[in-house]
Amino acid sequence: MTAAEFHLTRRGFTFGVSALAGGLVLGALPLSAEEERASVAAKPELTAWVVIDPDDTVTIRIARSEMGQGIVTSLPMLVAEELECDWARVRPEFVSVAENFARKRVWGDMISTNSVSVRKSQDYLRKAGAQARMMLLAEAASRWNCPVEQCAASNSVVTHGATGRTVGYGDLAEAAARRPVPAEVILKRPQDWRLIGTNVATQGRLALVTGQPVYATDVRLPDMLYAAVSTCPAYNGRVSQFEYGGRLRSFEAQKVLKMPGVRHVVPVGETAVAVVATSWWQAKTALEALPVIWDEAAGAGVSTDAIRTTLQQNLDATDVAIGRRVGNVDTALASAAKVVTSDHLVPYLGHATMEPQTCTAHVTADRAQVWAPTQNGEGTARVVAQTLGIDISKVVVHKCRLGGGFGRRGLAQDWAMQAVLIAKAVGQPVKLLWTREEDTTHGFYRPMVVSRQTAGFDGEGKLIAWKTRLCGSSIFATLLPQAMRNGQDFNMMSGYLEKDLANGTAYQTPNVEVGYVMRNAPVPVGFWRGVNFSQNGFFREAFVDEMAHAGGQDPYLFRRALLAKSTRWLAVLDEAARRADWGHASAGIHQGIAIVEHEDSVCAEVVELSVAADGTIKVHRVICVVDTVFVVHPATAVAQMEGGIIQALGAALTGEITIDNGKVNQTNFHDQPLLRIGEIPRIETYLLPCGDATLPWGSVGETGVPPLAPALINAVFAATGKRIRSLPLKNHDLRST
Amino acid sequence: MIEIVVNGIRHRFDGDPATPLLWFLRDELGLVGTRFGCGAGLCGCCTVHVGNDAVRSCGIALSDINGAVTTIEGLGANGLHPLQRAWIEHAVPQCGYCQSGQLMQAAALLTAKPHPSDAEINEAMTGNLCRCGTYPRIHAAIKQAASAGSETSAKPPVTTPENARVR
Repeated sequence: MTAAEFHLTRRGFTFGVSALAGGLVLGALPLSAEEERASVAAKPELTAWVVIDPDDTVTIRIARSEMGQGIVTSLPMLVAEELECDWARVRPEFVSVAENFARKRVWGDMISTNSVSVRKSQDYLRKAGAQARMMLLAEAASRWNCPVEQCAASNSVVTHGATGRTVGYGDLAEAAARRPVPAEVILKRPQDWRLIGTNVATQGRLALVTGQPVYATDVRLPDMLYAAVSTCPAYNGRVSQFEYGGRLRSFEAQKVLKMPGVRHVVPVGETAVAVVATSWWQAKTALEALPVIWDEAAGAGVSTDAIRTTLQQNLDATDVAIGRRVGNVDTALASAAKVVTSDHLVPYLGHATMEPQTCTAHVTADRAQVWAPTQNGEGTARVVAQTLGIDISKVVVHKCRLGGGFGRRGLAQDWAMQAVLIAKAVGQPVKLLWTREEDTTHGFYRPMVVSRQTAGFDGEGKLIAWKTRLCGSSIFATLLPQAMRNGQDFNMMSGYLEKDLANGTAYQTPNVEVGYVMRNAPVPVGFWRGVNFSQNGFFREAFVDEMAHAGGQDPYLFRRALLAKSTRWLAVLDEAARRADWGHASAGIHQGIAIVEHEDSVCAEVVELSVAADGTIKVHRVICVVDTVFVVHPATAVAQMEGGIIQALGAALTGEITIDNGKVNQTNFHDQPLLRIGEIPRIETYLLPCGDATLPWGSVGETGVPPLAPALINAVFAATGKRIRSLPLKNHDLRST
Repeated sequence: MIEIVVNGIRHRFDGDPATPLLWFLRDELGLVGTRFGCGAGLCGCCTVHVGNDAVRSCGIALSDINGAVTTIEGLGANGLHPLQRAWIEHAVPQCGYCQSGQLMQAAALLTAKPHPSDAEINEAMTGNLCRCGTYPRIHAAIKQAASAGSETSAKPPVTTPENARVR
């Protein structure tokens, strides 16, 4: 077993060659920010990304977060491709957040949201690999007193062509690190890649099947206590950045302080209370016994029914942000020979990461350390500094592998805020862990959104006008107000914007208008896998089917005609139809199709299902064809498509968060079900990267999500003749009449 | 005082006998490979073996345990279990958080039924949730381990209270 493995050291989670779970308990508290910086700066670097030891071990730094999307493998591959190093000797290492700040963000953006990790790092990682290679070549040429052009690098060895002399990277690295970093390097052409596009062995895989400590929930520190937290159950608006709902009025600590193991009962901000004990079970048991009085009356009028009504009533409001306008849609609709209109709705959705929200913190007088399952290490550091009122240079964030992210752990840092408040109050290291019930009822949910779409056709059945209105809570207003423009959240229209429609060539219509009406409900909303594209992809692709049906056309051929000028979309759509043998499904099997572009990747899916007389749906097969422009690790890309499809299918069938009297009704997996192994259809994924080096690289992690729900309900229509215009499907009666 | 054998080692615990096994493993013994998902026996993340049976460790009190406990850390004690090898080969884990429980559930299945049918795999694994959607690979890996591993090699090393070492 040669896989590089995770282990816990005083510097936090790194990878090593040991397969042992050594360092499970830290014997001493970890390094301060200053010590940590000193320990790293001592290593000879070939650019900030690469360190090569004398034994030829190649450490490649990783700035982004690992949550299952496989970047601990795919990001080092990008560096190693140009570095020409031996992949078997590559050891990935997470970089320190504090050091990134101290070194003026030498490792760039550390966030892993919006499927950015590969597509937004690939250029500078490949460049760093090439720069490091050039430094090694220059050092070898200098030793051999020959022009660098006579030297070639391959598999961690530099060879002198004329004489056949060789020298290993490990021998060159220390001196090479003192050479200047070349400003300009020439990157390989894609056809010359040897590593990118291959299924090399993934990093860290042994740790994941042997139960080694890799998650924030696994951290154990000296004198560590455990905290269970309860936040006011009722939403009624926002109290502060991450605090929603009614306030904590009072609690009777003395009723539980004598229970076994209990050490502290502390208020947490304005809206929560925590019990801290010597084991988490003791903390949770005491929390359940703790009498608490909440100010939850204000939540009385807050319900998903009321929010839905408000959104629907505001679809035609005049305070609308227009995201796209072509021609004059109202005039065209007034003159249309035929008009089709329909409203759609998607519910609030939770994230349900298998690892509930958690964070371990140690806070002293003027500094703080946290062990965090964060998609956004720099954001965590900022929230910790802001919460404690200390300078960010006094904060160390140890990034741990995430037990699922899906957008819950990026900009929403409520768990980090709570952990440092508790740790500060008790003056000892504390591991905060939410119950599943706390996790389900206190999310930053994918927002409920409603749409109204109207299409107009001329006398010959040609589409001449398409008007869209969306209404829901703004995610930017909740978590990223600085990204709003003129007080509006244009991101809520993703999927309908020109950039998301093959630069305006897809679904070309002479008159188009897309508008979003912001109505911020008193419930926290946030990012989700494929967020906005998944809501709007459902609305758009469901409505495209309705338009096709209105003209008596096949939904695939109808799309084809409107995508004639979008080469990539057409190729992906055609391949999906071909792989599915569109139109020739077996008896009793019905097909639905949809296509969505998500962050420069184009994905089409065909769902095949049957509906029994009692209304039971069985999904038999999902065909997925995706063009991500380039593919780094194909097996990982396929796994991400499968995962996205399964998550989207579960959401479309049963997923919803509902609220009454300000309180979330769902609490655990019995009433927030996820798909189970026996419910998974056969999934066939076909990677169809166009390989156009002039295009930005496309997304992978979220790309499989958006087309699934519309393909599913389009297939339900094919099977039953029933148009499903709201999700989830479980709320609809599909029995044959 | 409760006595309990975990991965072949006998432990004594003088705390609350109602403590669920999960928290004894994680917070007392530091065996953190067994993970908390729901606390209600609804997700299977915390699955371990008591004797040869797959058990949700979040829902069983220490006082109710009547056999030797094996956790994920003990599954591959004599080298990797065929399932662990198959898991690596099929690149099953994504985030990985549920996989300890998935592996323990699958190992109990193969002990009871060395060559399960597709339906038997689905039935045995239905209580183990995975949010990343690794189910197709889990299914394929179990099939492979079942066909590759002989009956004996597929069995995890079972320790009885009698042959346990005392620590």
